[in-house]
Amino acid sequence: MKHYDTLVIGAGHNGLVCASYLAKAGQSVLVLEANETVGGLAATREFHPGFSAPIAHTLVGLADTIVKDLDLESHGFKAAAQALPLTAVHPSDAPIQIDGSSVTGVGADDSATYQALQAQLRRFADALAPFWESTMPRIGSTSVADLFTFGKLGLKLRMLGRDDMLEFMRVATLPMRDLADESFDNERLKAALCWDGLLGSKLAPRSPNQAVLTVLNRMAGKHGGQHSIPPNGINGLMNALRTAAEANGAEVRTSTPVQKITVEGDENGQRISGVQLANGEEIKADKVVSSADPKTTLLGLLGAPQLEIDFSNRIRRLRTDGYVAKLHLALSGKPAFQGVANPEGRLLIAPTMDTIEFAYDNAKYGEVPEEAVMEVVIPTLSQNDLAPTGSHVLSAHVMYVPGKIKGGWTDAAKQSLTDQLIAQLEAHAPGIGELVEASELLTPEDLERDYHVSGGHWHHAEPAMDQLLMMRPTYEAAQYNTPIPGLYLCGAGSHPGGDINGNPGRNAAKEMLS
Amino acid sequence: MKKYDAVIIGAGHNGLTNAAYLAKAGLNVVVVEKNDYIGGAAVTREMHEGWFYSSCSYVCSMMRQSIHRDLDLTRHGLLLVPYMGTVAFSDDGSKAFIDYPNEEAAYNELRRHSVKDADAMARLQADLGRYAQLIRKTLLRTPPDPSSFKPRDIKELLWLGKQFWGLGERELYEYIRFFTMSAADFLDDYFENDLIKAAMAAPGIIGTALGVQSPGSAYILLHHVMGDVDGNVGAWGLARGGMGAISNALASALKAHDGEIRTGSGVEQILVKDGTAVGVALESGEEIYADIVVSNLDAKRTFTKIIDKKDLPPKIYDRASNFKIRGSSGKVNIALSGMPKFTNIPDNRYINRGGQNYTGSLETMERAYDCWKRGRWSDDPFIEAIIPSAWDPTVAPPGKHWMSTFIQYCPPKLADGPWTPEKRDAFGQTVINKIERYAPGFKDLVVHAEVRTPHEIENEIGLTEGNIFQGELTIDQLLFNRPFPGYGQYRMPLQNMYMCGSSTHPGGGVSSACGANAAREILMDLKRPNTVPEDDFYDE
Repeated sequence: MKHYDTLVIGAGHNGLVCASYLAKAGQSVLVLEANETVGGLAATREFHPGFSAPIAHTLVGLADTIVKDLDLESHGFKAAAQALPLTAVHPSDAPIQIDGSSVTGVGADDSATYQALQAQLRRFADALAPFWESTMPRIGSTSVADLFTFGKLGLKLRMLGRDDMLEFMRVATLPMRDLADESFDNERLKAALCWDGLLGSKLAPRSPNQAVLTVLNRMAGKHGGQHSIPPNGINGLMNALRTAAEANGAEVRTSTPVQKITVEGDENGQRISGVQLANGEEIKADKVVSSADPKTTLLGLLGAPQLEIDFSNRIRRLRTDGYVAKLHLALSGKPAFQGVANPEGRLLIAPTMDTIEFAYDNAKYGEVPEEAVMEVVIPTLSQNDLAPTGSHVLSAHVMYVPGKIKGGWTDAAKQSLTDQLIAQLEAHAPGIGELVEASELLTPEDLERDYHVSGGHWHHAEPAMDQLLMMRPTYEAAQYNTPIPGLYLCGAGSHPGGDINGNPGRNAAKEMLS
Repeated sequence: MKKYDAVIIGAGHNGLTNAAYLAKAGLNVVVVEKNDYIGGAAVTREMHEGWFYSSCSYVCSMMRQSIHRDLDLTRHGLLLVPYMGTVAFSDDGSKAFIDYPNEEAAYNELRRHSVKDADAMARLQADLGRYAQLIRKTLLRTPPDPSSFKPRDIKELLWLGKQFWGLGERELYEYIRFFTMSAADFLDDYFENDLIKAAMAAPGIIGTALGVQSPGSAYILLHHVMGDVDGNVGAWGLARGGMGAISNALASALKAHDGEIRTGSGVEQILVKDGTAVGVALESGEEIYADIVVSNLDAKRTFTKIIDKKDLPPKIYDRASNFKIRGSSGKVNIALSGMPKFTNIPDNRYINRGGQNYTGSLETMERAYDCWKRGRWSDDPFIEAIIPSAWDPTVAPPGKHWMSTFIQYCPPKLADGPWTPEKRDAFGQTVINKIERYAPGFKDLVVHAEVRTPHEIENEIGLTEGNIFQGELTIDQLLFNRPFPGYGQYRMPLQNMYMCGSSTHPGGGVSSACGANAAREILMDLKRPNTVPEDDFYDE
């Protein structure tokens, strides 16, 4: 039986990135994916015969370094030439459009302030950028190298100049609502700013401590925090990642769920021995790296009895409640949104910050939002292999939808929310209801089940201050290794976190090779 | 015309503390106060014949013991009496949880509700105690300016760094979690019982425009439990004679050092000449000149109401306008003809010597916050109450009682238009109706009720929006960010002008720390010997 250097659990983008780097360095690597296709939460899914949609429908923050290092372009990935605008639509008013640092459809003051604010955030983002791509030191460490990293961060901030540095320290923890209120008059512009900081998290515009950092993290990638869709789609990127991994010598096995991570021990303590598959097969390896979320990896696949109790408690209390649902519609024609000539890009239905806040208020008690907020993309406008010719796919991230609702997610409950969402869309795109041939609503509960992610959380663990940086997922495991020798983490539950940026996978590989 | 060394605007407890320390150092000081009485929000007033209300703040714990002793406040008449347990009622009134002062009784009471939570409580208390220790050390220190290269700032920054770094990685991780997470998430790590969670979460929302589920509310919780009564960290007490006793003792200490207080002297404007504060103009037209002007008003009021915008450097006006000072609480002071009788509390146990919480679940608390966001008050608000007359005979006529109720949340602006006397009374009635649920017959005992929404609190005390902390206690407004980045050391953008109120570090609560710290900085600038205690009496 073949003995691998490293087994990678999960062929999500981080798993594939990690596998590529390891294989490229000469290791024998096997990637094990439970589902039929690679991509994890970035996979493209056929939700109706002939109609497919990617779960994560845009790219934001994909690290350029990874594209270059893994030569993804020669493996079929093409970066979008242009970023997508964000259009905040309205049932009766003209839409406003945000395109990079410029915004149209708002007053002159707001427009000027927006440019200035973007410039300032860009300076902050640039100062922080190196830290997303590197392994965080351990907190409380007194090693010279670790203190140097913190010193460097301090210096970076100091080099922003006095005003910027002081402002950064204020703004970093400011609720998005306060930053928006301080800066702008236009309600939809404020709501759009909030949306980009909150998407994927269990936070609302009034929640302190997080959203601005998320924005700064997203700004570090290509297109400076703007979203994009590659010409051959998100699946184009996932396929390129798989091809790159295989070209570097890694094997990828799909439809191969892992049952458990195996451990052996002797008088020198325990260490990883490999994995056991759901079909009973055992595969041996020196190291196992998991791109599954920390709870699934450590409590599910490894098991709490293998862990020191304080550590397993810390993993157990990670906050992993997903609050985003995914709506897919198969449309017989192109929908027309009120006032929008060309619905390319992200269309935001979130008229005010209060709408976002109140949708969150419903969700926190396990209720469906009375008025949901959502980001709509029509991926078939740029990618023609997702639907039959002439037909279209509508893909929407819907917030806030809890994984558990009072009474449970029955078929009736899902249908009722779907109807409500289509009615909301109808107000912005009259006639869209007529075009709907089929629909699919994925609640966080569905995402948890289909993609094996605890809580169905986009980012594997809430990107809150105490679950970030050198505390992601906890301080013991923030350098990608875990207290079990030979077991590593490389998913979105590790620094720097979620979205399709690939840095957790890359940083983990670097640590494993060092 | 007499010229003073320093004029202090506002005779709240921090203004009086600041003045007392400056006077103690030999400065010739005057405190000017808009109202006819001193104390600001730490005040006792006879608002109904024979009843003396602590009409705003009502309990004491934050008062720095070192200041209490240093200014000899006991000799000046201040007596703090610790209170015993708090009673928390479940939402439907069917259960009550009593927080007994006796450890064994407390444990048994907890077990009555949840065996697991009884054991978790010891863990929670130990953890909170440790978190509090670190913050307590910073209360009587001036925060460093992180952008400065001055030796003093670097030294202070290193001191702060050492305090945190020295905790070790596990503790540091727990601290960061604690300082950034929500009270609800924090308590979920310990408890399973709703009533116990609610009882423990109460300090996390008092006075703040955050909910128990908002990140950052765990810190507010700590802010309320890091005080002490005579060295018993976390304990709460009553000032005999009401909260005005604190202000009166401070005023007496000030006068003993020859300081002056002028009531009925509202400040119209701070007088500024070439970027330097030179005195104040009173509403009466009188001008008082002084070398130093200290504002005990909140940051928003100071910079947007009593300073001419053109006298300020650019940006400061905007900073002050954006300063987060959100009214979120109300108060109803109730004169009672007798002691109410509570269901489920045998012999009114600990009602006579402690507080009451009328909200039995985190969801009810959070829903009350949701109402606030929507510009209304909840029909089922969070109420913290206390009946001081039960053990302080000086505040009500014999056999009669007064009850202080504090209500979270109450919006400063209503969605359906401005506050009116009718709406104010409806708000008060909501509170009385709720208490009636737990103490049948309560309504019949009500002799007089004085209702204060943020609107009344702002008009009377001058706290913008009625915010009891003079500014939200969120990280963007704490430590060196308080009140604004770059102005965390009590010196303000005008030459010779300072701030000494709760808008400065370490923030709200009747602690006297802001006033004392500001005095220390002023004396340093004047090159006078320091008269202000450096560290807290009981810490190390």
